[in-house]
Order: sequence, then C-alpha cells, then structure tokens
Amino acid sequence: MYGEGGALPVTLSGQPRCRAARNRVTLGHRLVCPVPEHSPGVAGHTRARETSQNAALPSLEVSSSPGSTSSIPAWGWWLQCASRVAALPPVLPPRYDAITTCRRCPFPPACVNLLRRARSDGGAEDVTALGERERALFGAFLRSLARAPGAARPEGVWQRCFLEGPASLVLCVLLESLGSAGAGLDPREVVGVLEQFLQEGRVSALLWEVCQQQAQAGCPELQDVLINKIVCLPDHVSNKLQGKNPPVFFPQNYFPLLGDAVLQVLEKISDSLRGGLDCSISFVSHVLGKVCIHGRQKEILGVLVPRLTDLTKSDCIWQRICWRLVECVPDRWMEAVVLGFVQRAPGADVLSRLLGNLVVKNKKAQFVVTQKMLLLQYGHTTEVLQNLLGYLSLDSLRRTLLLRVLQELLETWSSSSAVKHSPAEQQLYISKAILICLSHLKEPEIETHRQELLTSMMEGVKCRLDSSLLQQRRLGMVVAESISLKINTEGPVLKFEYEEDDETRELKSLLVQTPSFCNVPSLPDDENEKAGAALPLVPESNEKSHTAAPVMPNEESDTEFDSDDDLIPYDMSEDKELKIKAPVYIRDCIEVLTGSRTEDVDKWEATVKALESLVRKNPAATREVSVELAKILLHLEEKSSIEGFVELRQRTQVAVLTTDPIPVAKYLTSQFYSLNYSLRQRMDILDVLVLAAQELSCPKFCGKTKHSGAQKPCIQLLQGSDSSKGWRRVVDERIKNKTRRLDKGHCDMELASRPNEFNSVAGYFFFPLIQHFDRPLTTFDLLGEDHLVLGRLAHTLAILMYLAVNTVAVTAMGKALLEFVWALRFHTDSYVRQGLLSCISSLLLSVPTERILADMTEELLETQSWLGDVMEKDPDGDCRRLALQNLLLMENLKKKLEVVPS
Amino acid sequence: MHPWNSTVGSASLKLMLKLLPRLFQRRILIEDSMKSKVASLFTALMALPPPDPQFVLRGTSAAVHTLYFSCGGSEPDIPLLYSGSESGFIHVWNLRTHRVDTALDGHGRKSVYCVETMGGKDRLLSQGRDQRICLWDLAEGRTSVTDSVFTEHVGFCRCSLLKVAQGRWLMAMAARSLEEIQILELPSKTSVCTLKPEVGAKLGMPMCLKLWQLSCGSQPVLLAGYEDGSVVLWNVSMGKALSQLVCHQEPVMSLDFDSEKAKGISGSSEKVLSIWSLNEQQNLQVYKTHELVNAGISDITIRPDKKILATAGWDHRIRIFGWKKLKPLAVLDYHTATVHCVSFSDHSNPRERLLAAGSKDQRISVWSIYAQT
Repeated sequence: MYGEGGALPVTLSGQPRCRAARNRVTLGHRLVCPVPEHSPGVAGHTRARETSQNAALPSLEVSSSPGSTSSIPAWGWWLQCASRVAALPPVLPPRYDAITTCRRCPFPPACVNLLRRARSDGGAEDVTALGERERALFGAFLRSLARAPGAARPEGVWQRCFLEGPASLVLCVLLESLGSAGAGLDPREVVGVLEQFLQEGRVSALLWEVCQQQAQAGCPELQDVLINKIVCLPDHVSNKLQGKNPPVFFPQNYFPLLGDAVLQVLEKISDSLRGGLDCSISFVSHVLGKVCIHGRQKEILGVLVPRLTDLTKSDCIWQRICWRLVECVPDRWMEAVVLGFVQRAPGADVLSRLLGNLVVKNKKAQFVVTQKMLLLQYGHTTEVLQNLLGYLSLDSLRRTLLLRVLQELLETWSSSSAVKHSPAEQQLYISKAILICLSHLKEPEIETHRQELLTSMMEGVKCRLDSSLLQQRRLGMVVAESISLKINTEGPVLKFEYEEDDETRELKSLLVQTPSFCNVPSLPDDENEKAGAALPLVPESNEKSHTAAPVMPNEESDTEFDSDDDLIPYDMSEDKELKIKAPVYIRDCIEVLTGSRTEDVDKWEATVKALESLVRKNPAATREVSVELAKILLHLEEKSSIEGFVELRQRTQVAVLTTDPIPVAKYLTSQFYSLNYSLRQRMDILDVLVLAAQELSCPKFCGKTKHSGAQKPCIQLLQGSDSSKGWRRVVDERIKNKTRRLDKGHCDMELASRPNEFNSVAGYFFFPLIQHFDRPLTTFDLLGEDHLVLGRLAHTLAILMYLAVNTVAVTAMGKALLEFVWALRFHTDSYVRQGLLSCISSLLLSVPTERILADMTEELLETQSWLGDVMEKDPDGDCRRLALQNLLLMENLKKKLEVVPS
Repeated sequence: MHPWNSTVGSASLKLMLKLLPRLFQRRILIEDSMKSKVASLFTALMALPPPDPQFVLRGTSAAVHTLYFSCGGSEPDIPLLYSGSESGFIHVWNLRTHRVDTALDGHGRKSVYCVETMGGKDRLLSQGRDQRICLWDLAEGRTSVTDSVFTEHVGFCRCSLLKVAQGRWLMAMAARSLEEIQILELPSKTSVCTLKPEVGAKLGMPMCLKLWQLSCGSQPVLLAGYEDGSVVLWNVSMGKALSQLVCHQEPVMSLDFDSEKAKGISGSSEKVLSIWSLNEQQNLQVYKTHELVNAGISDITIRPDKKILATAGWDHRIRIFGWKKLKPLAVLDYHTATVHCVSFSDHSNPRERLLAAGSKDQRISVWSIYAQT
C-alpha cells in the first residue's frame, strides 16, 4: 500500500500473476481498490515516502527474493516473532531489545510495535505515534502475513495481528489481499478476518484514527481511498464471494453497523471537545455523505437520527457536532444527506436541532431544500413537507426563506401553464406545501404579503376553475378558501360549494395544524368540549331548562288491552302514507309540466316522479308526443326540492329517447349545437344520448324493463308473441327429451338474444354530434373556452362508438371519429385528450379488423406515432396510460393480421 | 273493508275459526303471548270501519281556519258553531238546520284564524290576519264589533283566553316584537305583563299559546310553543320562564294541556306527537312520543272530559287517540285537503257531543265519535 507496499506483491508472488490480478481489480473496481502507483498508503506523505523507500527497499529485496534459499520468507519471520511474543514475560522490561533479537528480521520496528501492542492488550495504542517508516514496514509486514501459507498461521494469533494493528492499514491490506486472492489464498479466510474486524468495532477505531490524523494534517487522496473502501466494503466482499457472503456484509446489516461506528466516533469527538481539544469531523461527514449518495440513507440514518435526536435534546455541544457533521458534507453529496435527514426526522423541531442553520450557510443545501424538494420533486409525503417547512419556520433567519418559498410556490400555483402542463400529483403536492406554509405564517407577515397572496390566489383559482378535471377545480377551491381564510381575518371569506372527500379534508387539516406537536393530543379534548357544550339543547342561561331526556312511563306493555280503557279503536288499516295522485296519461303530464300554475307543487312533483314509468308503459302514446316531451324535459327546471330531481329527469329523458329514438335523437343533437343553452343542458343532452344508446344496445337491460313495463297495459298485444314463445318452448322441450346430453353443464341457462336496437339508429346519435364541433356560436365555442363540453363530447363519441359494435354504420363512424381525433390531437386540455384517446380505444375495439386495415391504414399509422408521443411526453398520467393501452390494442391488431393470412 | 281486499286475511280467519274450538276443547295450555296474538288478530279482523261524518257544512266558500262550538245552553237555545274562514268571514252555523245563521265580516276580508266566545254565545272574540282581535256583540241579532285590539303581530299564533273571574278574562297573544308574548286583561285591555325570553335564547316566534290555571283563583300559567320546537312554561304574574323543553326539531304548530293530569301534547310539522308532563317542581319533561304515518299536525284538541283527543293533519286526516295512553283509536279520512282545525262541542248531554273539523277544502265535517263513553 505504501511506496514499497506497492512493490511488495511483485517481489513476493511474481510479476505476471499479480499484474493480472491488479488489472482485474482495476477494471471492476476502479474506485474500490487503489492502483499501487498512486496508492499513498496509510500515512502517506511525500517526504516520509522517500525516506522509507530508501530505507526499506534493500532489506525487502534481501528478505523475499524467492530464489534465495538461505533467506527466510517473510512469514517465517512472522512465526519467529509470534513464538517470541508468546514467550515474552508478562511485564516487558523498559528497553526490551526486540530489535536486537530480531536483527535479521526485515521489519524490526513493526515487530516491536506488534509486540508492544500484543502486550498492552490493544488498549489505547497511539497509532499516530507510529513513525512513517514504522507504518510502512508494518504495512509490508501485514501484507506478507496475509499471504502466509496456512501452516504459518497459528490460529488466533494470526487474526489478532490484524485485529489489533492500525485499523486503516489493516483494512487496506485485507481488501487488497481479498482483491488479489486466488489460488494461494482462500478469500473466505480474508473475509472471516474482515468479519471479525467489523464485529470488534474496528471500524470506529479506523474512523477515529483518521479523524485524529486529520486534526493534524490529513491527506485528502488517502481519505478518499479509505472512504471508498469503507463504503464499498459490502460490494467488494460480495463480488469476491459471488454473493455467498456472511450476513454482516449485507448492506442492511453493514450500514447500521457503520452508523453505530459513526456514533461511537462522534461520542469520542464530543469527549475530546469537552476536554478542550480540537477535533476534525470532516472525515465522518465524508463517510456519511458517501453512504447517503450510495442510496443507503435509510440504513445509516435509521441508526443515527434517533440517537442524535436524543443527544441533541439538551446538549449544545452535541448540537454543534451534529450541525458540523452535516455542514462538512461535500456539496456533491449534500442533497442525499439533507434529504435523508428531512425524511427521517420525527418532527420539524428535531430537524431544526439536527441541521441548525444549514440552509442559510450552505448554498447547495439551500437549493435542495427551497427549490428541489418543493418545486422540482413531488413524491415526498406530507410529513416530509411538514418537517421541511416547519424547519424553515423555526428560526428568524430561515423565515425569510420560508416567505420566499411561499412566493415561489404561489407563483407556480397561479401560473396557468403550470396548471395545464404539470401532473395532478405535483399540483396536489404544491397545494399542500402552500397550505403548510400558510399555517406557519404569522399575523404581521400576512399583513405585509396580503396583496401578493390575494393576487396569486385570484390568478390561480381562475385558471383552476377553468379546468375540466374535477380534482383540479376542487383543489383550486380548497386552496383559495384557505388563503382567503388566512388573509381575511375579519370580513367575508371565500366559500365554494364542493363535495368533501378525504383529500379535501386532509388539505384543510394542513391549514389548521400548528407546527407544534402538542396539538395532536389536544384535538380530542377540543372535541369533547364541543360535544359537552352541544349536549344541552337549551341555552345554559335558563336554569330551569331541561334536557329532552324522556321520562319513560313505567309500564310500556301492551296498551291495546288496558282494561280501564274502554275505547275500542276503529279499523285503521287504511291509514297509509299520503300519496298525491299522479296523472295517468302522458298528455296530462305535459299539461301539468307546462302549466303555469305554481301552487300545485305537489302535483308537479308527483308528475315528475311518475312520468318515466308512464313513458315506459305507453310507448305508443309516447311516440305521438315524443319530441314535445323531450323539449319539455330538456327545459324542465327544478320547482321544488325533490330528492334526486336531476336523476329523475334524466331517466325520463332516456325513456323518451329509447321509446322513439330517431326523432328525439334528431331533436336532441340539433339542440346540442343551437343557441341559448347552458353548458349544463348541453352536457345533459350528451348524458342522455349515452345512456339511451347503452340501453338500446344492451339486450339484457332492455328486455328486463320492456318486459316488466309492457306486461300490464297491453296484454292483448303481447298475446301473439306469448303464444309463439309457447310454441318455441314446446319444440325445445321435445328436442330436449329426444336428445341425450353427455355433459351436464348449464343447459337451461336462457340467454335472451335480441336484435341490437341501436343498430338502426346509431347514425342518428353519432353523426349530428360530430358534425358541427368546429363552428363556434356566439354563446358556445367548443374549440375555445368551452373545452369542458368538448371533453364530454369526446367521451360521449367514444362511448357511442363502443356501443355501435357490430352495427352497419360502424366503419363510417370510425372514419369520422379518426378525423375528429386528428383535428384535436394537440388540445391543451388533458380531459379532452383523455376523451380522444378513449375514442381511439373504442374505435379499435368496435370497428372490424379487416375494415380498419382496408379503409384507414394510413390514418391509423399516423395515430400510432401520435400515441407514441403521448405515451412518452404527456404530462397527464391518465393520458399516458390510455395511450399505452391503445398501442397495446394496435399491437394485438397487428398480431391478428399476422395470423390471418397464414 | 272489501272482503277480497286481502286474501291472506280471509284465509287465516277461516283457519283460525276452524282451529280455535279444538284448541279450547282439548284444553291445551296456550301461552299468554299466543293468546294475546290470537286476540289481537281477532280484534283486528273484527274492528269496525271508521264512521262517516254526521253531517258536512258547506258554503263558507273559503278554507276554514278555526271552529268554536257553543252548545252549552239549555233546551230553547240553539246549538251553534262558529267558523272563521280565509275570506275573512265568521259564519255562525245553526246545528239544528245545518245552515248559516249569520255571516260576520269584521276583518277586512283577511283570514280569520281564531274565534272564541266570552261567557255566553252573545259575546264573541275573533282574531284575524288584519292584525286585529275583535270583540263582538251578537245579542238580540246585533252584529257589531264593540272593541278591538291591534296586535301588530304578523304571524299565525292564535290568542288564548282564560276566564279569571266573572266578567274578567286574561288573554295571551303574540306581540309586535318577534319573540314576545303579551298578556292583556279583558275587557279593560290593560296590559298585565309582557313575556320576553332571555337574550340569546333564540326561540323564534311564538306559534301557539295555552293559558290555564290549576284552579279558580290560583296563579295563571301560560304554555307557549315556539318556532324552534321548544315549549316554554311561563309564570304570568311574575313574567318569568319556569321551564323549557325541546319537544320538536321543527316549529310547534299546536299544543293542548290537561291541567288535571299535568300532561300536555304538542304537534309540529314533523311526523311525531310529543307528550310531556309537568312535575311538582314546575319542570317540563318528555313523557312519550308518538310516531305518525304522515308528517304535519296543524291542530290538537283534547276533549273537555279528557278522554280522547283529536288532531288535524296535513295529510287530510283527523286522528283520534285515547288521552290516557295515547292509544290510536280512529283515522277519519274525509277531507281532500289539509285539515286546519278540530274542535269538540260543549254539549251538556255527553251523548250529543260532536267533533268538528275545518279544512282547506272549504268544508266543515262534523262527527259523532266516542260520544257514548
């Protein structure tokens, strides 16, 4: 390892083999195993190197030239030394002449040191006291020791030699010999020593050793090599042993161990600081940084953070050590370390204790915390966000950063292009961050930033309410409400109407949360108090008031046969819930619904409720007035608050449309593109078309409703079909009797097969809708700001396409749909794009393969390349998924194509 | 009931008739529960259909809002029924001829919602939506308003009258300001006191009042039902609330009180009747609630003999209950619109007692029900 250390293997084991070994190692682990020419050894500095070279080289040449039989090999000396150590008296004489006894030994000082150390039980050895030359010799000695043949390794003593030597030297030697281990040396033995090395806590000794050297003067290159060796130890071992390494070298075991070692060193450092000695921590920081950048934050910080949390609780020296530990991490590893701390700290106050004012001092850390983690990444959990922003809020220096962060977040939040082009998850993340920031803001800060907050809130909520995705709109509403709540302490606050769900509740809870942790247990208390206050229903001021606790009469038994009650009840079986008689004819319904008599609300309600069943029961009567009925229903407004009015109206509309599809579909589709309708009505039209198409195309649903509806009023009409059914049954029965069935499967399951009623009318539903989308009206501009309706239209067309499977018009529909999709493929709204992608899916599913290939190959190829683009680049996750699905469908199509000709 | 209405019923009846004699013959021990089940089935099958009205009074040509009988007089006196209608007329019905004797017009064609006699049938008190309470002199064929009180109250709260001495009445009425109730002495019209709920009590408007006293000469007490669903007991002489009870979630539409049993009943726009009691410490307590089939009660009256009570329902039906246990006795289904008021007659002969109900369908139905008991 040292100057001559690099030469030693050459002389010991022969040039060619060694070079081969070295090459192998360098190729695989450039970082792991230092190339000898550069390897500076353990205590390398140039002057020492020269002297030692001068001094040690000749003796090496003498001792280990393989050709000379007179000279004893290095391990032979080792044996002699070892036996001499064993024979030493318990107390060494002050000037023990080990050197004289070992005069012929090539490494006298090393032996001396070894002997000394062996005697003093490895306690408190001062490695730095070892001279450069001694170190160099000792390194060479250890190396030769590692290569000693099995006979020359007395069990126990050989290992002890490694375990008690200077830890950094030993580690380097062991790893080197592991790297070059081959025929002569069993790697498992080296690994065994390494294992013991780890288990006896020599790693902490190593770290401490380097720290001490560093306090004087360290060599950065040497440290880098050591760091590499320490961090990559598991990789080295498992590479060598092909995965059969002992469990202690598994990363999940090794890195906690390393964490413990770091802790021990930190403790030593704290002791020496308390003792008034300066100490360098940067080597430990480097190790930590390297481990973190290797992706082992979880393991090492899992050990470090809890312990440091405890230690820093009330000890300012420990706090300083901890701050210094993180500050000394080089910039290139800073992100990994900070991220690890932020993720693992149990709370913002702990984080603040551990990191100190790192973000203020270190530019890189500042960038990571204020920019990268908030604006560029969005995968962190809410707890991490709370930690991070809480940390920023806990110190006045950092608060300026918090305000800056809030400004930047709000800027992003209110930018319309960000709303359009960033994924929903990121927007949720940013919203959460904003809410947490707001929860940390104090009154005067809000005062000064009120105007800014207000402007960006208005901007953001505007472009979010424009969005056609429900989640986006709701997010905008929740955040805007929260901001307005914060900035308007008195006066009215914004209040939107939306359905609460878990997400909105979570978002809102972020705002009320105060950064301190005591509010979590106090929450239930508050609730209890509230509940307690709510319990008495009457105001407390009234002393005589009583709660409505019922005083139950003593006997609650059968009152009917109370003997002293001679009043005989009359029959009360007719006492039913009151029902208003609904009209029984459709024309009566029209009269009621169009009538201007406002007082008859009950009748109106009953009519609305009864109309659907009337329409279903009387198809013939409905057909006479179908368009008029459709018109009335389209314009029907809620007069009184009937439960589920919208649904009732929609069901009725669907009933009318299915009863008389062609004229009503014509009417509805024409109204979709006409003036003076609200967006709501236009979307209702689309919904009704879809539901009716579904009902028409689905035989089961149709059969069920038709059957139950048609039974009562038109028995005569059905009789014919009934008899035919009976005939059919008789024949079936006979066939069944005459046939012997070999399998007893589900033979009597009767699948109602009916003609697809949508077949003949699909065109009436589809084509008028797709025709006029690019012709803006004064009140309705599908390609402009009414993209919500455009999105709905695209989805509707997709469903209609899907339902039109097996119909005659399907190919023509498919072509029209492809054109529609092509025209709109770069639409900025993700909801529209989703609709278009569903259109493609249903097209691929509905149109027969041969028609697709014959009629629209080119369009399809173009579409395919567009889909590829969407799959890779679209910011919306759903769009990407849909595009991928479409591509898979196309693949299937291609496979079919390959199968068909063969 | 039509015999084929329920085939199950008739089948089980046949089965039971076949089985019962055998069971009793063989002296099989029938458990009590079984016995009561059999018995209840029996009575259910045997129950009489509800009666039809005794007669129906038509001709008010407007919804009827209030009714008051005056039948207590001895033989030569004609039993009368006063009715107040939405058109502002008070009709005096002759119960012998079933015709209108007189129609009084004193409320400027605004709805009359409370009519009551004071002493005899010659002095009448009426309250209308013109915010006036009129006192009428009807003696010797006169039809003149002798005096009137301007209430300035815009709600529907009927006033309540209590005779405290010969020729002296107390009248409780909702006052001008929203939550207040005013007590006047009649005929002098001097204000006795004003009952104001405590600040912040949020009771809302008074909806119905019942002025009563335990015995002649004792302190008058007022029960008031409020818009927020609570019933408050007021001590009139001290002007102080004694007790408050939340009976309903919706405004109390009507209440009546039986001072002998210290028990009262109230109805609201909900499906529930609430029965409450007054204990010795003058505290109101919920005693029982009764679930109705349809929501909405516009009037409740306990018959003067405290045996039965009648309710006027928004579901067009009049319901009769036994007062003791609130046992449902009958459902009288005649009207075709909301029933606004029910009233029992004060015939001195119990067998002649009548029940009248006025409805939005402009008719007054008169019933003779449980007159024998």
